[in-house]
Amino acid sequence: MIKQKLVLRFPPALVEQPVIYHLVKDYDLMVNILRADINPKKEGRLMLELSGSEANFRQALDWLQEQGLRVMNLKQQITWVEERCTHCGACSVICPSGALALTRPEMKVSFDASKCVICELCLRACPARAMETLLDEVK
Amino acid sequence: MSVQRTFEEINEKIKSGRVVVMTAEEVLDLVEQKGITGAAAAVDVVTTGTFGPMCSSGVFLNFGHSKPRIKMNEVYLNGVPAYAGVAAVDAYLGATALPAADPANRNYPGEFTYGGGHVIEDLVAGKEIELEAFAYGTDCYPLKKIKTVFRLSEINEATLFNPRNAYQNYNVAVNLSDKTIYTYMGVLKPHLGNANYSSAGQLSPLFNDPLLKTIGIGTRIFLGGGIGYVAWHGTQHNPCVERAANGTPLYPAGTLAVIGDLKQMKPCWLRGLSFLGYGATLQVGLGIPIPILNEEIMEYCAVKDEDIFAPVVDYSHAYPNREGGNLGLVNYKQLRSGEISINGTRVPTAPLSSYSGAREIALTLKEWIISGKFLLARPAAPLPSIEAGISLKSLPQRGSE
Ligand code: SF4
Ligand code: SF4
Repeated sequence: MIKQKLVLRFPPALVEQPVIYHLVKDYDLMVNILRADINPKKEGRLMLELSGSEANFRQALDWLQEQGLRVMNLKQQITWVEERCTHCGACSVICPSGALALTRPEMKVSFDASKCVICELCLRACPARAMETLLDEVK
Repeated sequence: MSVQRTFEEINEKIKSGRVVVMTAEEVLDLVEQKGITGAAAAVDVVTTGTFGPMCSSGVFLNFGHSKPRIKMNEVYLNGVPAYAGVAAVDAYLGATALPAADPANRNYPGEFTYGGGHVIEDLVAGKEIELEAFAYGTDCYPLKKIKTVFRLSEINEATLFNPRNAYQNYNVAVNLSDKTIYTYMGVLKPHLGNANYSSAGQLSPLFNDPLLKTIGIGTRIFLGGGIGYVAWHGTQHNPCVERAANGTPLYPAGTLAVIGDLKQMKPCWLRGLSFLGYGATLQVGLGIPIPILNEEIMEYCAVKDEDIFAPVVDYSHAYPNREGGNLGLVNYKQLRSGEISINGTRVPTAPLSSYSGAREIALTLKEWIISGKFLLARPAAPLPSIEAGISLKSLPQRGSE
């Protein structure tokens, strides 16, 4: 069993492909869609959680890439640049998922990437600009 | 038993390695155990700290003369304008200055990615800075423009001079409107979505000497990771606001103007910030040692978060329109717990001033004093305090429409 959060990026030509249908039907994966959007350039972005057998999961990743989709780890989409963080705590009321939170009584901010839902609100709300997005492709 | 100490006696103890120093947080337990007199007898110095955004900050620079000479009339550092209306190669770079090309709030809310505060951080970090200057040319200063790069170590002086830092208390900002607003107090969500505050509370310098009995002109301080001094009272210094019985003000009150050599400072304590929809600024690390001259001073240093109050102010309407009034007072213990109650509504809180940074500054200052590298300076003159009869003026608006 494997369970992983991924981001799929669709080039404009592939936006209308029934990708989810194939993931479920051909690879027997459970799909939980976290967020989906299409940008003005007609590229699609789909954040989802896939679970199923490890073998099926790997094959599904290969198939997605063969189709021309870019597959990224959701966990690494948003990174916390710790040395830029001043632990001011401003993000703690902005982050909707609790991924960025203040620990008490230390009053230090910690980032739990597994809770992050990539809403990207922190990117600009952090005055020290300690939050960044990174595109990390899954091989 | 009554405790009496002088600055000179404390400095003797620092030199002989016998000084006892505690941070304003550490001393609370001691006071709990030993009482005020016992703690005053045991401790010579209490250190404080704060690490928050402080817009009224900037640096005086002297670049040295070019060949041929130039009388700089317009100065840009990494594209950020500095004030050049002083002598030929002097300039003042303010923390909130923005490049002319910055779209500011034309793309609302603006991002303010790089401004004066960021240039100051880059200067302190020893990075190469691009200097561009323009002049009208004179017989003695013929050059009309120059473009070059330099590092902090290559120029004559860089004097951090902040006209208003270390605010003694500050508003807790909320938003009563139905849309998100972008302020110098951070992003405020609609309908009391969050409450942002900006003070280190019990660790903050001016809460530990609320009536300014030890801090004055010439007090030696921790500034931006180096050693600085209190130069004057800060702008908008307003010591005469209403106070609690423990002497702490219930509203924004005293402020300090501080000065120090940027060349000894550290980038981790002078951080360029970008406030979404508001502007660029500088986060300044500042710490002040409080000499325990007697029990009364120890009593001030024993102040706890639960005994310090701040007003909750609506930044969607009351603040911008200067309507005054507030939504009640809350204490810093409540603020630091992560939630306060405003008219029966539970509102999550967030600080803008780093409490853990303030703690680290107080601990660093303590180490400096214990190691003998930092002596206390007796003020040359006091700062205006509660008896000064100061009241804040508003800008006269007359003449034109
Ligand atoms: S807002 Fe930015 S600098 Fe402040 S605690 Fe959060 S991540 Fe760190
Ligand atoms: S992207 Fe959203 S969920 Fe993730 S850390 Fe930032 S604010 Fe929190």
